[in-house]
Amino acid sequence: MTLYDQLPALVVAVLLFTAPIAYMLRLHGFPWFVATAGVVTSFAVACSLAATVIGGETIIYEMGGWPAPYGIVLSIDALSALMAMLITGASSAALIFGYKSLADEVGEEIAPAFFAAWLLCTAGLVGMVVSGDAFNIFVFMEISSLSTYVLISAGPDRRALISTYRYIVMGTVGATFYLIGVGFLYMVTGTLNTADLAARVGQVEDIRLVLVAAGFVSVGLAVKAAIFPLHSWMPNAYTFAPNAVTVFIAAASTKVSLYVLMRVDYAIFQNSIANHDVQLTFFLVPLGVLALFSGSMLAIYEKNLKRLLAYSSVAQIGYIALGISMTSVAGLTGAIVHMFNHGLIKGGMFMAVACLAIRYRTVNVANLAGAGRAMPWTMAAFVIGGLGLIGVPLTPGFISKWYLVLAALNEGWLGALLVAIILFSSLLAVIYVWKVIEVAYFREPRSNAVPVTEEAPLVMLIPTWIVVLAGVWIALDTGMTVGLASVGAKILLGAAL
Amino acid sequence: MIFSEADTILYALIIPLVGAIAIALTGRWPNVRETVTLTTAVCLAVVVWSLVPALQTGGRPELKLGEMLPGLSIAFKVEPLGMLFAALASGLWIVNSVYSIGYMRGNNEQNQTRFYVCFAIALAAAVGVAFSANLLTLFIFYEVLTISTYPLVAHKGDEATVKSARVYMGILLGTSIGLLLPAMIWTYSVAGTLDFTPGGILAGRIAEPLVGLLLLMFAFGIGKAALMPIHRWLPAAMVAPTPVSALLHAVAVVKAGVFTVTKVFVYIFGIDFLFAQPSHRLIIWFACFTIVVSSFIALRQTNLKRLLAYSTIGQLSYVVLAASVLKPLSEVGASMHMMAHAFGKITLFFAAGAIYVASKKTEITDMRGIGRRMPWTMAAFSIGALSMIGVPPTGGFISKWYILGGAIQDDNYLALATIVASTLLNAAYFLPFIFAAFLYKEDVQPVKQHGEAPWQMVAALTCTALLTFAFFLFHQPIADLEAQILVQ
Repeated sequence: MTLYDQLPALVVAVLLFTAPIAYMLRLHGFPWFVATAGVVTSFAVACSLAATVIGGETIIYEMGGWPAPYGIVLSIDALSALMAMLITGASSAALIFGYKSLADEVGEEIAPAFFAAWLLCTAGLVGMVVSGDAFNIFVFMEISSLSTYVLISAGPDRRALISTYRYIVMGTVGATFYLIGVGFLYMVTGTLNTADLAARVGQVEDIRLVLVAAGFVSVGLAVKAAIFPLHSWMPNAYTFAPNAVTVFIAAASTKVSLYVLMRVDYAIFQNSIANHDVQLTFFLVPLGVLALFSGSMLAIYEKNLKRLLAYSSVAQIGYIALGISMTSVAGLTGAIVHMFNHGLIKGGMFMAVACLAIRYRTVNVANLAGAGRAMPWTMAAFVIGGLGLIGVPLTPGFISKWYLVLAALNEGWLGALLVAIILFSSLLAVIYVWKVIEVAYFREPRSNAVPVTEEAPLVMLIPTWIVVLAGVWIALDTGMTVGLASVGAKILLGAAL
Repeated sequence: MIFSEADTILYALIIPLVGAIAIALTGRWPNVRETVTLTTAVCLAVVVWSLVPALQTGGRPELKLGEMLPGLSIAFKVEPLGMLFAALASGLWIVNSVYSIGYMRGNNEQNQTRFYVCFAIALAAAVGVAFSANLLTLFIFYEVLTISTYPLVAHKGDEATVKSARVYMGILLGTSIGLLLPAMIWTYSVAGTLDFTPGGILAGRIAEPLVGLLLLMFAFGIGKAALMPIHRWLPAAMVAPTPVSALLHAVAVVKAGVFTVTKVFVYIFGIDFLFAQPSHRLIIWFACFTIVVSSFIALRQTNLKRLLAYSTIGQLSYVVLAASVLKPLSEVGASMHMMAHAFGKITLFFAAGAIYVASKKTEITDMRGIGRRMPWTMAAFSIGALSMIGVPPTGGFISKWYILGGAIQDDNYLALATIVASTLLNAAYFLPFIFAAFLYKEDVQPVKQHGEAPWQMVAALTCTALLTFAFFLFHQPIADLEAQILVQ
């Protein structure tokens, strides 16, 4: 066996092994360096995996050589590779970006633990997407959740602790629900391997237990994915976390739960429960639509910029939920592409917000008057990101919206209604994005405000622009994202490639 | 030729963008900055106009930049309609830049660098719209045009201006995302392509009543065509400095709208297919309604720029009406009217801006006798107004001739009656004002004694007034070129 064959394990293992190193090497700046080296390596591995599976094959990796269903299995296809790229990419970008802002917000004495937690969090999230085993998904979910709590509570504001506490409660409920669901499935089938489950659930005679399992799993994951109305933990967690942490978790963490929802639902339940597509539609469409409206409306009336973006995420998750609910290749492609593209857009926008925060020392929208002139590069990055949320062409948001609308148009009259809703909510996005732009560009700073004259430091600005330009790039050259997403969608649906 | 034609298209898109960057960098030295603007404008015009000979001999230069979605690329293809629009916008940008310099300096406007940068970006977007080879590329530049003109409309930055600018952007973005985008995706899902193809791509792929629905989604989704009831953004845009109203809201932005409508009719639906569908009559009714109603509203305006805005709304619907009559003569008339109206209306706006800079007057009622102080400006204004009415020897006569010809080919008496009525109404709101300006005594004394506006402005408006005559005399090559759009 060559090292190349070990890549599926390495993408997680690199992170798990570097975590203790980051914790133990307590030299100045070293934990950051180790963590960055770890996630960047993992990102490189994820990219190479993605290049392998874009053709449509699935890599099955047996841990320790133990064959399934006895051993632990990692399974990587186009969808999981895309997600792994998103997670490790977001993690790398946020860490590189956070070199200065994390030093600013997170104290030197807790830095080793903080960066170890960061590595574990990334490892947990990547583990969830590469795992081919329903129980291991839970294990990795717990690893990522526990370390996320640590990351959020490191926020400089004391309210970070309360937000973390609320997140712990909600997150634990979500994870437990998922575990209960998986427990039921184990009870009726005697297996935890996803592929095995898919084969055996269909043969179960008493369908009621499977239905209960499906309910628990879906609701549990909906909590973790912050699907409206189970999103209440999210806005404050995003708001009070250190800025670089917000970049990372906003880009990656909720998406992973959506991924698991998609994976478990399509691999296990869709094939085995009659009319499950209708059940899924009735579960997700109303929630998605409500998320679009309530998230956008809350964002419109929000004064804190970080929370505004968090509410916007609630709405954007609504798009993904709608895409998942449509059970068609175009719909799933739209949902998957939007997971990736929204991660990139939101990550870039939170980076721009962090740049603003380091100069203005506040993220209240009203205090950012004149930022367009004082920090032109930062605000330009924010504007490009905002146009992405609206879905203007040449931004990644346009691509995902294109597929969602294309999918909805194939759904008859209900689909036409969905098209109208999707486009109307884009207009709501115009309002909340433009609200910020107007203040920053067209309003004079208050006379009693401390004038800001300096751009953000280059160590922050350059990563921000790399992410923003990467977004423009994948809006122009969609071969990689749409390619992986459509292959992933076809695998989920069992359609011919 | 030194460059290939594909290169020329690329340069036409890049030059204004490079210009924008150069303007931003030289913002500290106003004279250098203005030189950059003028140089960029001249370069753009030369590059765009250099494509004309190739088109006249039947060539269709193409450029493909990359594939954005499967089967959908960012691609450009120059055809006569787009050539006309690009040549018009780039040529008038030179004149308008000279005028802008006089206006912005004469008025001591703030943020002049931002103004010139956004202007250059808007021109790049207009050229992109003109040269697009498919609807997706067009849509991209259409949106860039909306967004890049927002800072120009909101230029003044006070509460009322920003409110108007919001109306402007809200309506344009709202209609394009809410109607044009789904119409486009629908077309793609039905036809499998969005390329502008002579003869259309929808024939036989979609049937009534869905054709009607799609047609309405296009007609109202292209908000820049200002078909009532989505015309309100245009009067709202009048809070912008007058050079913006002149080039963008009389030429680039609004013409991008009617240009897109014409292009969708000719190259997406195909005029033969659309003519066979009864629902195309709907658009004729909407256009006629807009022409008549906007003229009545214009009659009641007291603010000169708002009057011009409502006149523009009516004139734009001439183009939509001509395009939706779907006869060869009327399609040529649609493109001719884009040009004729551009020369006339830019002259009118130039004159309105000159009056404002010289006298600070904006209300028609205050402008009695102004012709005595500013004879040159008001003479140009009169020429522009005559072109709006359609009196020979001005350009408006030519395009009206073609449109009427198309309406007669179709035996369309509704269109005929509307054009006649609108001619009378145009005369009713322009002529009394012109008479009052020349013949009456001044009854409101200006704040300070004044004569003509700065020379740059007078030069610009003289130039465009002469173009109105020139179009009357030398329109034949343009008509010949435009007649090619129906060749399949």
